[in-house]
Amino acid sequence: MAKELLKGNVAFAEAAIRAGCEAYFGYPITPQTEALEHMSKRMPELGRVFLQAESEVAAINMVYGAACAGVRVMSSSSSPGVSLMMEGLSYIAGSEVPVVLVDIMRGGPGLGNIAPSQGDYNQIVKGGGHGDYRPIVLAPATVQELIDLTVEAFDLAEKYRCIVIVLADGSLGQMMEPAELPPMQAVRSLDERPGWALTGAKGRDPNVITSIYIDPSKEEVFNRKLMDKQAEIEANEIRYREVLLDDAEIAVVAFGTAGRIVQSAVKAAQQEGIKVGLMRPISLYPYPFERVRRIAEQVKAVLVVEMNGGQMVDDVRIAVEGKAPISFYGRMGGMVPLPDEVLEEIRKVQASIAMAG
Amino acid sequence: MTDKELVESLIYTKPEALTSAVTHYCPGCTHGIAHRLMAEVIDEMGVREETIGVAPVGCSVFAYDYFNMDFAEAAHGRAPAMATGLKRVNPDKVVFTYQGDGDLASIGAAEIMHAAGRGENITVIFINNAIYGMTGGQMAPTTLPGQRTTSTPLGRDVKVHGFPLRMCEILSQLDGAVYVVRRSLHNVANIRKAKKAIRQAFEVQRQGLGFSMVELLSSCPTNWGMSAADALKWIEEHMLAAYPLGDYKVSPAISKQGGN
Repeated sequence: MAKELLKGNVAFAEAAIRAGCEAYFGYPITPQTEALEHMSKRMPELGRVFLQAESEVAAINMVYGAACAGVRVMSSSSSPGVSLMMEGLSYIAGSEVPVVLVDIMRGGPGLGNIAPSQGDYNQIVKGGGHGDYRPIVLAPATVQELIDLTVEAFDLAEKYRCIVIVLADGSLGQMMEPAELPPMQAVRSLDERPGWALTGAKGRDPNVITSIYIDPSKEEVFNRKLMDKQAEIEANEIRYREVLLDDAEIAVVAFGTAGRIVQSAVKAAQQEGIKVGLMRPISLYPYPFERVRRIAEQVKAVLVVEMNGGQMVDDVRIAVEGKAPISFYGRMGGMVPLPDEVLEEIRKVQASIAMAG
Repeated sequence: MTDKELVESLIYTKPEALTSAVTHYCPGCTHGIAHRLMAEVIDEMGVREETIGVAPVGCSVFAYDYFNMDFAEAAHGRAPAMATGLKRVNPDKVVFTYQGDGDLASIGAAEIMHAAGRGENITVIFINNAIYGMTGGQMAPTTLPGQRTTSTPLGRDVKVHGFPLRMCEILSQLDGAVYVVRRSLHNVANIRKAKKAIRQAFEVQRQGLGFSMVELLSSCPTNWGMSAADALKWIEEHMLAAYPLGDYKVSPAISKQGGN
């Protein structure tokens, strides 16, 4: 298919439809509302389910119900709305049903604002809801990646029977750029729904989907099952992109939109003769700890750039294990760093390396 | 009488829609009666294999152990939203929620209101026993003025704790609600009326007419601190006045099929 000029929010919604998403439940919130609007038009056209819920609390529980029926289902929201979904996400994790969620992050805390931010990293990547669980978290940096990762999210959610969250920010949701949509996949028929799904116990034993294990020894067995699944995800699903890291003395680690901005700064710094490269984690859970550690062993310094007060930097510290000095540059409140600002930070790191000799 | 005239006639047995599990409910609790009535109706309609239940948080959190059909267990109060998701992608199935007063009228007030407002084609069985059972007898949104609970030890003072919510009266105002009635489980005559209403509610869903709810006044001997018999009397003497039995909404679209 040819490239089209697509707005991020519309692009991921259409990508989900083409990935066979059979039901969408959501609630309007800036800066992701165009996704809900696109779904409201397209899903009924295709004979699929669109419903505007009374709240994000209800929306995620509608998603939970539809997921229990074994269909491909999703929601999308932005930071304050995603906070409201945390209860439901914990239940979904505790029930092992596949769900896809897109979080188009905005400035916070509280009502904050509607400008781009990466302030939800800790909430989303570390679990967010109560109890021991991790969703798979994928962070795109372009509209094309937003499309591709949304499609992949449905496959991963079903492969592991888990939550997959596509974590982007308001700039990616709102921007338009050329991108290619995937081909249309058919939605599955009732007969093709998974064996565990709630479809009426016709000619079989009843299926029950629950997240309660009142006997602690049984809950622990379930917890271990989730941990085993996480180990499998950590072994198989790490994704990242690297730019100009081969002979770098400075590694900049940044995800999503921050990573894209850093890429411009890295190229500018290279033109000044600074040996600097970019490591852009795409899977934030599972996090590429091992790869970041190896890079830290090869470089003289690490710089982390985020659109928050310093959240992913903690994971970089875990990965680096003190093997290289780490500095951090962040913008908050919906402020997006400019490449020149990042370039200046790279120069500072370069100067500190030179001083250290 | 000859041997040939001895014919075994089974007149009472466990409905197929119930499992053989022994319930965890307290002696004298009316959950068992409500479960059985629903199971009888589901059997009589022949829809057990087409039915998906949604259990609440509360004493009936393990309802799926007792109903012999597909079941999901919802977060506290969210059963109507979960049932909405299930029903929208399984429109030809029978989907019901089973919810207590804390679940439906307190923490889940928004979800039940909007499910009714949308005319969601699900059936809700609402157990009102005026108290929180599972957590040990705290005030419910339906606790009566003056009623002592473990969180209103001096009795519910309406100046502090507000007034009880009458959910049938509230929900019946919504255009999407087509069948909203209140019945009671405190004696045989009322139990028989309750069963007819449950049948009607499921028939309403089967006919695709919209949101149906049967509220069942129920007892909680353990947390009321009464014998089973006294608890049934307490329903009659105290709850009936606060929660009058009756048909709060019966849409003209509802046929007389199934009786009422």
